[in-house]
Amino acid sequence: MDKTWNNKAWFLVLPVLVLVAFSAVIPLMTVVNYSVQDTFGNNVFFWAGTEWFEELLHSDRFWEAMVRNLIFSFIILAIQVPLGIFIALNMPKKGWGVPVCLVLMALPLLVPWNVVGTIWQVFGRNDIGLLGYYVNALGIDYNYVQDPIDAWVTVIIMDVWHWTSLVVLLCYAGLVSIPDAFYQAAKIDGASRWAVFRYIQLPKMQRVLLIAVLLRFMDSFMIYTEPFVVTGGGPGNSTTFLSIDLVKTALGQFDLGPAAAMSLIYFLIILLLSWVFYTVMTNYDAER
Amino acid sequence: MARIEVNHIRHSYLPNPQKDQDFALKEVHYTFEDGGAYALLGPSGCGKTTLLNIISGLLHPSHGKLLFNGRDVTNLSTQERNIAQVFQFPVIYDTMTVYDNLAFPLRNRRVPEADVDRKVRETLDMIDLASMANRKARRLTADQKQKISLGRGLVRSDVNAILFDEPLTVIDPHMKWVLRSQLKQLHRRFGYTMVYVTHDQTEALTFADQVVVMYDGGIVQIGTPAELFERPSHTFVGYFIGSPGMNVLPVSLEGRTAKLGAQRIELPGVPKAGAGAVELGIRPEYVRLGREGMAVQVSKVEDVGRHKVVRANLEGKEIAAVIGEDDEVPADPKVSFDPAGINIYADSWRVEMGA
Repeated sequence: MDKTWNNKAWFLVLPVLVLVAFSAVIPLMTVVNYSVQDTFGNNVFFWAGTEWFEELLHSDRFWEAMVRNLIFSFIILAIQVPLGIFIALNMPKKGWGVPVCLVLMALPLLVPWNVVGTIWQVFGRNDIGLLGYYVNALGIDYNYVQDPIDAWVTVIIMDVWHWTSLVVLLCYAGLVSIPDAFYQAAKIDGASRWAVFRYIQLPKMQRVLLIAVLLRFMDSFMIYTEPFVVTGGGPGNSTTFLSIDLVKTALGQFDLGPAAAMSLIYFLIILLLSWVFYTVMTNYDAER
Repeated sequence: MARIEVNHIRHSYLPNPQKDQDFALKEVHYTFEDGGAYALLGPSGCGKTTLLNIISGLLHPSHGKLLFNGRDVTNLSTQERNIAQVFQFPVIYDTMTVYDNLAFPLRNRRVPEADVDRKVRETLDMIDLASMANRKARRLTADQKQKISLGRGLVRSDVNAILFDEPLTVIDPHMKWVLRSQLKQLHRRFGYTMVYVTHDQTEALTFADQVVVMYDGGIVQIGTPAELFERPSHTFVGYFIGSPGMNVLPVSLEGRTAKLGAQRIELPGVPKAGAGAVELGIRPEYVRLGREGMAVQVSKVEDVGRHKVVRANLEGKEIAAVIGEDDEVPADPKVSFDPAGINIYADSWRVEMGA
């Protein structure tokens, strides 16, 4: 059968196109514009070509931020995914405990990000912070303002506190969708607790887990607010992740050209990773 | 294999059952003999699955005891009871191949791999999936998946009993027939104790030596298919078994006669009925349609292929009669009841008739 071509359809998508143009495409183009020019203010621009990109790709500062960010993402995934699964497995499946657990789990997700930062900034202080004071009182030298390791530990624990719930809720949704008959059959078949997890629960959670990993990776790769509030990227540059570095370049130093080039590269990385995840997910669906 | 004693078992899904109505399973007391093929037959919600799950240990009964070969297993887990059970809807392990799905119950019990292979191949042949042994189970059709579930139930030979919970619901009619005959053969060959839950009378009657008819949380009759057909002990069994079900007509008794409106029906004996509502039950197969007997108005004739079902009105009551495929309904139809097919019920329960 021949396809019917109807150009009227364009009018129907037009509003969306206009909206996206104003909210995304045009701002992005100004960034592209900045990235290939140099300016000293007064709206005077000089053509710079690929200079900013080359400079950035040879800059240690950029690669250090990138490596820090990847390590951070890796650590929080390594903690949040297993921990999230573990908590979801142990959450009640029925009764009054269900709403209680769900609300408790959702709470950290509802706190605004800069508030999360402020909470931990205060919580970890060793003069007035509940955590910082008592950890030091126990004889452990903890000071996130001066010690890079302590700063990392604080930022990671904060992220785990803030975002593990998301993994829990997604896994829990996957778990409750498993019909009772599967558990009954597993009992009949003499399956161990581990076998039930490995052959029933994990396969049923696979899809939501993939989404959880995608979301958590993207979020942690773009993390800005919370570490900015707690450590401001320090001590030194030890918790300066890509987005913090970007803001420092763009707004701190007002280097619009390099910052624009960095934005674009950052954007391309996110785009590439999204595409990889999308492909993996759709392939997985097609296989079923 | 085991003899399964269900000793005064009651079960309620409520935490504090008080009244009889709170119980999904009102007292059941029965023994499934070693090597017997049983069917639990009844409508949805009558407690048959509850009883099955109590036998397999998926449910712990509120009251009563369960014994396997005289040994109390009420507090043993499903694993310890060593039971196989097949569920209504296919349960397969998505990530495994067909072969691994069948091997799963054996490997969990640490059966040597050589025996696993032998048993799995045997079972694959039986359920006709040998050619798909290495396929991923999740890509199969619903009835193939159900065959895997069935296979997992049959793959262990040392089980105490095999329980089937309406296993053929998702299978198409032809395959149903084939699988049911295979189960029957298996039963003859290995003498498994088999309990088969169904709401389909054909399935129950063709599969089982003994059919346990359940209704509203209790057992109403246990018998061979023939007994259930000839002498239903409760009007429910009369309705439920047979197609169409038994005609049940309210009558009043007078010695050897039952009075239905202006009609008098000769009984084969004197019913030992006390007070209470008395009914006369007669299967459509025993209703003779001809020129003699009680006048009826025929309302409908259904040709079901092998025979015809005549729906008629007798003294204001609907009755059904079965006549041969080639028989014609006479112009002035009358019915008579074959005395051999008459049963008398008092308060829905069958009463004996004396000489």
